Amino acid sequence: MAVNYIPRRFTVIRDKNLCIDCGCCVRQCSNECHFFDGDGKTVVSDSENCVACHRCVDLCPTRALRIEKYVCDYRENANWTPQYQQEICRQAETGGVLLSGMGTPKPYPIYWDKILLNASQVTNPSIDPLREPMEIRTILGRKPEKITVEKKGKSTVEMPPQVIIETPIMFSAMSFGSISLNAQKSLAMAAKNLGTLFNTGEGGLHPDLKEYTDCAIVQVASGRFGVHKEYLNNSRFVEIKIGQGAKPGIGGHLPGEKVNVEVSNARMIPEGSDAISPAPHHDIYSIEDLRQLIWSIKQATDNKKPVSVKIAAVHNVAAIASGCVRAGADIVVIDGFRGGTGAAPTRIRDNVGIPIELALAAADQRLRDEGIRSRISLVAAGSFRCSADIVKAIALGADACYCASAPLIAMGCHMCQTCNTGKCNWGIATQRPELTKRLNPEIMHLRVENLINAWNHEIKEIMGGMGINSVDSLRGNRLMLRGIGLSEKELEILGIMHAGE
Amino acid sequence: MSIIAGLRRYAEVNGDIKTKLLSQNKVTVEDVNGQRYLGCALDSGKTIEIHGTAGNDLACYLNGGKILLYGNGQDAVGNTMGGGQIIIHGHSGDALGYGMRDGEIYIRDNVCCRGGIHMKEFRSMKPVLVIGQNAGSFLGEYMAGGTIILLGLNMKRGEKLFGTHCASGMHGGKIYVRGAFPKENLSPNIKISSLTDEDKKELDKYVKNYCKYFGQDYEAVMSKPFKKLTPVTSRPYANLYTSN
Repeated sequence: MAVNYIPRRFTVIRDKNLCIDCGCCVRQCSNECHFFDGDGKTVVSDSENCVACHRCVDLCPTRALRIEKYVCDYRENANWTPQYQQEICRQAETGGVLLSGMGTPKPYPIYWDKILLNASQVTNPSIDPLREPMEIRTILGRKPEKITVEKKGKSTVEMPPQVIIETPIMFSAMSFGSISLNAQKSLAMAAKNLGTLFNTGEGGLHPDLKEYTDCAIVQVASGRFGVHKEYLNNSRFVEIKIGQGAKPGIGGHLPGEKVNVEVSNARMIPEGSDAISPAPHHDIYSIEDLRQLIWSIKQATDNKKPVSVKIAAVHNVAAIASGCVRAGADIVVIDGFRGGTGAAPTRIRDNVGIPIELALAAADQRLRDEGIRSRISLVAAGSFRCSADIVKAIALGADACYCASAPLIAMGCHMCQTCNTGKCNWGIATQRPELTKRLNPEIMHLRVENLINAWNHEIKEIMGGMGINSVDSLRGNRLMLRGIGLSEKELEILGIMHAGE
Repeated sequence: MSIIAGLRRYAEVNGDIKTKLLSQNKVTVEDVNGQRYLGCALDSGKTIEIHGTAGNDLACYLNGGKILLYGNGQDAVGNTMGGGQIIIHGHSGDALGYGMRDGEIYIRDNVCCRGGIHMKEFRSMKPVLVIGQNAGSFLGEYMAGGTIILLGLNMKRGEKLFGTHCASGMHGGKIYVRGAFPKENLSPNIKISSLTDEDKKELDKYVKNYCKYFGQDYEAVMSKPFKKLTPVTSRPYANLYTSN
């Protein structure tokens, strides 16, 4: 018998007093952890492949199931932790590059949790958003450097194309291929009803989503999948993907197994073939080349669509953001290293890039120092877990935020971090028809809308507490932020004072 | 009346072209001096004839239109083109036909690095790239579909048919090469084979077109043997990863 060097991760605990052997869990688990015993009647479990996605737990009609962390102690070692030992065994077995799903789970500092918000007391009255108007409408796009007006006060400046969204929250890029069509459709429907935008990722636009082009951001990545004239023009804006926070310097690679007939239609590649988007665009080797691509898109869209450039938060992010602005980007997106992904090499995901808080603050400051911040819109991405994170990001200088993991959790994601396997039991990160049909866009778009509506209200409430009635007055308003337990250097980069100052 | 590009900005020249094409199907542009994006997203039924040196991103996102260039092309000719035809009476720069999905490009002379990178096909869409002379490094990099034909005409002594890392990461499509070629410059996992009858039929059609467009002797071109380069596997990176 082959030696299994890696203990399992979880144990499925079945309460035999509650289990009625209905077989619901057997049908639900794509990892085949549950099955009928030899008698064909009794349900039993094999925990070996359990990923703790909780699909069986949440659907069990008698609540008979529970997932527990499988504890198998190694000798204490702060250096050779069980995780490193297990990863070595995995690679010794396969010779493969370790691949993980979702954002990094490592305990890097999360600066959102070390920043506190302000509120008004006595002098500047706070505002009650239930009673008084509170503006969170956000306008993205390049702004003219100055305004000239004719005698009657009408502007004589030709305004570059602008995109109006009713909340500073947009859904970040997730391609059809990495997520299911039903998941993408849920986001599209939610975006439409919320007055915001979803992002097609680099997977092209599926014909079923044609009616949502008014709230679609279409992406152009190095593989140029599904990119053509109509695609560029059927959008609110076009995004050039240079990098992704979860895997800076690494491209996209959708394995052939996930390229079924529908994915192949959207990406315009044959069924079953690998869809490879390498890290570099081979027509971009410099800021000047980036300018060339930006303006080629503007030419192809008759200057009607803003063009955004998405970069990963890396060490020189501020200078790169400045280059993007000068290259002609209307919107610059910075994606922090805690951002999610369908699949990333573990080592890249856990070691490359910097947190969005520092990257955003540094880029915003650099653009302000250079006097070009007001020309463009700055969008932050890379793990926003709640409305307070978003308020803090706006106060640090973001015009809007991209969220993806949060709406996915609203749709059922339990962060089991195995998106790359394509076996998502919640029908999100999979293309298997028997799994994707579990996700009903008619229901799920409502859950996503509920989430964002709740966050919108919370944002208004926090703003009201500060005595601010428009998100424009919050943007870059770092006086509303104070650090707690941060070093002087961290405070300097974030451009905020310490609590008590 | 033709449009004179001269030293005007590309936006102006392209604007003039677009305006003219509203009322006519063919436009001639003369004295072109590196203006970019000529023929960008040009639709089917429209033709632009260009005299001079066309700038970067000539015929990007070409949407079925036809481009005739009497002169040389620069970088990224036919970038992300979705269909149509580009005929260049001269040579072309880097990243020719980047991500092209359909249509035909004919280059009379040579092309620089990364020609046909990311070429892909989809159902009836099958892009074709015909190069008269030779190609630089990384020809057919990441190629996922379509056909490249490399004729090696008028090569100088000591010149090679293609540069290093030819077909690196190629996982679909085919490259036909004429005459001697530097095997040492081929990437691993590329198979060299003889042409089948079907291949010959396909090759014939495009070589005939090439000869017709550039006044070459078809018999002379076909007098040298052709070989076919294809990837050994369509999934070169299938075993690269292990789930963690």
